Amino acid sequence: MQSVPAADPDPTPVLALDGITKTFPGVKALSKVRLALYPGQVTALIGENGAGKSTLVKVLTGIYQPDGGAIRVDGKEVSFAGAQAAADAGITAIHQETVLFDELSVAENIFLGHAPRGRFGLIDWAEMSRRAAEILKSVGAEIDPDHKLRDLGIANKHLVAISRALSIDARVVVMDEPTAALSHKEIHELYELVETLKAQGKAILFISHKFDEVFRIADRYTVFRDGQFVGEGQIDAVDEAALVKMMVGRDVSQIFPERQSHIGEVVLDVAAMSHPTEFADIGFTLRRGEILGFYGLVGAGRSEFMQALFGITRPSAGQVTIDGDATALTSPAEAVDAGIVYVPEDRGAQGAITALPIFQNVTLPSLRRTSRSGFIRLAEEFSLAREYTSRLDLRAASLDTAVGNLSGGNQQKVVIAKWLATKPKVIILDEPTKGIDIGSKAAVHAFMAELAAQGLAVIMVSSEIPEVLGMSDRVIIMREGRMVAELDRAEMTPETLVRHAAGI
Amino acid sequence: MLQRIIRARETLLLGAILVLIALISTRFPGFIAPSNLARVFNDTSPLILLAIGQMIVILTRCIDLSVAANLALTGMVVAMVNLSFPGLPVALIVVLAIALGTAMGMVNGLLVWKLAIPPIVVTLGTMTIFRGIIFLISDGKWVNSHEMSAAFKAFPRAEFLGLPMLSWTAIAAVLLFTVVMTRTTFGRAAYAVGGNPHAATYTGIDVGRTQFWAFTISGALAGLTGYLWVSRYAVAYVDIAGGFELDVVAACVIGGISIAGGIGTIGGALLGALFLGVIKNALPVINISPFWQLAISGAAIIIAVAVNARANCEKGRIILKSAEHAA
Amino acid sequence: MSPTDQTSDARSAIPDRLQSQLEQRLKSWESLLLLVAIAIFVANSFASPYFLNAWNLSDATFNFTEKAMIAFAMALLIISGEIDLSVAAIIALASTAMGAALQLGAGTPVLILVGLGTGLLCGAFNGFLVTRMGLPSIVVTIGTMSLFRGISYIVLGDKSFQGYPSDFAFFGQGYVFWVISFEIVLFTILAVIYGIVLHKTNFGRAVYAIGNNPTGALFSGIRVARVKFILFLLTGLMAGVAAICLTSRLGSTRPSIAFGWELEVVTMVVLGGVNILGGSGTIPGVVIAAFVMGLVTFGLGLLNVPGIVMSIVIGSLLIGVIALPRLWTMWRQR
Repeated sequence: MQSVPAADPDPTPVLALDGITKTFPGVKALSKVRLALYPGQVTALIGENGAGKSTLVKVLTGIYQPDGGAIRVDGKEVSFAGAQAAADAGITAIHQETVLFDELSVAENIFLGHAPRGRFGLIDWAEMSRRAAEILKSVGAEIDPDHKLRDLGIANKHLVAISRALSIDARVVVMDEPTAALSHKEIHELYELVETLKAQGKAILFISHKFDEVFRIADRYTVFRDGQFVGEGQIDAVDEAALVKMMVGRDVSQIFPERQSHIGEVVLDVAAMSHPTEFADIGFTLRRGEILGFYGLVGAGRSEFMQALFGITRPSAGQVTIDGDATALTSPAEAVDAGIVYVPEDRGAQGAITALPIFQNVTLPSLRRTSRSGFIRLAEEFSLAREYTSRLDLRAASLDTAVGNLSGGNQQKVVIAKWLATKPKVIILDEPTKGIDIGSKAAVHAFMAELAAQGLAVIMVSSEIPEVLGMSDRVIIMREGRMVAELDRAEMTPETLVRHAAGI
Repeated sequence: MLQRIIRARETLLLGAILVLIALISTRFPGFIAPSNLARVFNDTSPLILLAIGQMIVILTRCIDLSVAANLALTGMVVAMVNLSFPGLPVALIVVLAIALGTAMGMVNGLLVWKLAIPPIVVTLGTMTIFRGIIFLISDGKWVNSHEMSAAFKAFPRAEFLGLPMLSWTAIAAVLLFTVVMTRTTFGRAAYAVGGNPHAATYTGIDVGRTQFWAFTISGALAGLTGYLWVSRYAVAYVDIAGGFELDVVAACVIGGISIAGGIGTIGGALLGALFLGVIKNALPVINISPFWQLAISGAAIIIAVAVNARANCEKGRIILKSAEHAA
Repeated sequence: MSPTDQTSDARSAIPDRLQSQLEQRLKSWESLLLLVAIAIFVANSFASPYFLNAWNLSDATFNFTEKAMIAFAMALLIISGEIDLSVAAIIALASTAMGAALQLGAGTPVLILVGLGTGLLCGAFNGFLVTRMGLPSIVVTIGTMSLFRGISYIVLGDKSFQGYPSDFAFFGQGYVFWVISFEIVLFTILAVIYGIVLHKTNFGRAVYAIGNNPTGALFSGIRVARVKFILFLLTGLMAGVAAICLTSRLGSTRPSIAFGWELEVVTMVVLGGVNILGGSGTIPGVVIAAFVMGLVTFGLGLLNVPGIVMSIVIGSLLIGVIALPRLWTMWRQR
């Protein structure tokens, strides 16, 4: 455990959590954790997925009430009955998920819940609009406060969220993965904003996955693991390796499976695919046994292209050829029949039917094989499900457990098992290791290599540079809906990837 | 800018109503006479009152199918109270009607808020229960005109500045709830809850509580309308306003209120109700059997929801384009 | 794949099931509902000496058979996450169409075809608006509910069609054997068919998948729009079947025929344990719910309780069956 430096320069924390425990049915999300935030300092909260960071944010902002422990503001113990109470205490959060309202105006999104009042206690729209414009200007956003939020792009929405946090005269600002959806330029603007907030003496809790970011911006760090406090201290006193060790509890260097590529004949040929609003002129070939990476910034149009290839959205032009046969894919059902399957990024919403049991999820696209003239045969279903889930080393109590009860990594295995059971030719994996723990990550990587070795053609969409470098035989880089580069193994370096993706 | 589009949607509807009135007046000039238009408005007032309440409920992603039954039960109770105590002042009757309607709205609201039962199930259930209770208390009998006191019947007809009180009540409700929906915390919370309930929770808005108050308002308006209805038509029986809840929902849908919640205005509800009201009153004038009315309002609902959906689709496209520019 | 493969894989330690299916069934909503049905049956037989009479019991089934036929299709539709509030209006329109055909001299076979065809057409119209144009089914069917019944009113006004042929009367009044009516036979056959379709076929599995997660189902290669369209067709068809039975039973068509039935059908489905938000529910549950509602109606009728008071009981049942388990959980968590 890292010890707190003896000469801590900060007298009292603005906000201190002590021994906070939060239990959900069957899960101890937080177990006696502590955290201290100091004025004018950025504290980074570091931990793997499932370490309890999101739960902690919800406790801080009054959405969850802790089962035990104390929250102290300026040394005085408080309890937050709801989100409003936390806001009243000067704690504000920029949440990971969009928690804004598309149908309301920008000004109202900023002031909802604490709008300026005029006569008779009625909301003063003119004043609200004026103050919103001020705040937007202070964060460098050129947005008309009277516009509806839905007219704004993702980056501007983010600025609105930040403006909302600033509109409350906050002393504590929580930023939950604020850079996840931002471009490089926007990230730099965000850093500047954080500096401004620091200068104003606000205490900032900065939650991030990215170590470069943490070292760039944080003054202090706190590490959680499996819902427990592991360590804290000054950021200057640690290095990345030490933080990773605290985070995962052991020495981990990301190791990718050694693999010998046996690249066969062309299985998929995409020519000049375009979409009216999402992407244009995408063309490439894919061979058996090959892993083709798709790299780009968030919003570069990679997922949109993959979904068109899978028949979910209709492209405006282009030609797809599978094993030499020109195919028009107008629905996922046809794509599956043609041998293309897609493991989406959003497992809960798109990948799995979480309320249904594992075996039904696995057999869903293969029902024609497990049934006889449309009638279900349960024994066949269980045997198919067992075959593929065991190949992926799935961990579950039983095959009739609902998928929603599994961990993220195991849910991902169910989704992959579902597709392998259809015996596909091409498997598209969209951010296959996003949001799953390091152990499962390695398993997914190893399995991906195994699939390629067996002659399957793999497309891997990933925003993680190490993953792209470690797994791909070839990589296509997309920017603003277009292919900007195609690199083979020798040409791939972190620098080339970033340069092409960002257009510098 | 989008506000303008939404406003345009309401302008469109207003235009449709004006064209409709113009067309009718070409064949029957008397229709456009101020006195006749006032009569149409007065006739539509109960629908306007209920549509306002329904609009607020739909805004919070709920639906209230019990409004007509609430109206009928309140109407029967106040009629029977009037029967037993003819001397009771009308003001007290109005308060009683609002209180009774509010209570029924609160029952709906509590079931939705505290037990998280889907609103359609709750109000389907309370709708049949309220109707059944009318039968229980009235024994299936009618309260007729001659059994009601003169004062009881006079209020909705009493004229002020040339308009009956029934019309004034509707106008007052439109004004009051326009302010409530645009200028109060509750009103804005209703938009937030319907637009993005998840985000509303993060913003410190209690979703269930907001829905509870929406049902309460809907109930209060239904109760008030119950008295006005019974006194205006001077009769109360089990089946009054039977199926009227569908007209109310229709008025909202035609008025551009999104059934998915979060989108809609009081003005829209008003125009939706007026559109149906004009059609209903115009049919006998232009010699079309009133039996056409049901089919016309059905077709109007389908067209309105299709038009609204298309408007939303186009908005979706715009987002994608701007996202592409921003990327 | 041969069944011997099942035990050959050593890597798998995951059992198929933890709970036996029997155990799951005993704890289910359907079992609870069955107990309620039995209790009502017993209470009825104590309350009225006329209850335990074969002919009376047979009469009682007419209270629910027609509604239940629609409820089977509606159950599938609601499980898939949609709803059709226009079913009663479809009955009115189908009945009106049959009456109109009768005026043109159609015989019983043509009347049947007209009834079923009208139902299918109405279902196709709803399905088109929902699956092709992407409109919310609750609003669409509130609209078509007015439209379909409105057309009946336009055609009939305050008149009625009468004089159906005598062989047409069989569908609503005929008996197949002793006290076993044609309707109860049809009800039973349809219950079995829908039970098999929902619980034993790929189509039924797709319905559950769509109801739980329409996006996930689409991404799994299920033809979501097609399945939903078929469900609207089936619901319309069942309303057509019910229209034939009801018209035959009443012997006349008025535009107000089957008024308010959509709510009773939905109540039956929800009472049967189908989640109104979609994703779960069973046909046996709906069958038992049909009997519960029929028995309550009949029992109260024997006690001379007027029909409308029934609605209090039905309404309370609808809310109560959902509220009580939730209240129980809340109370236990205290």
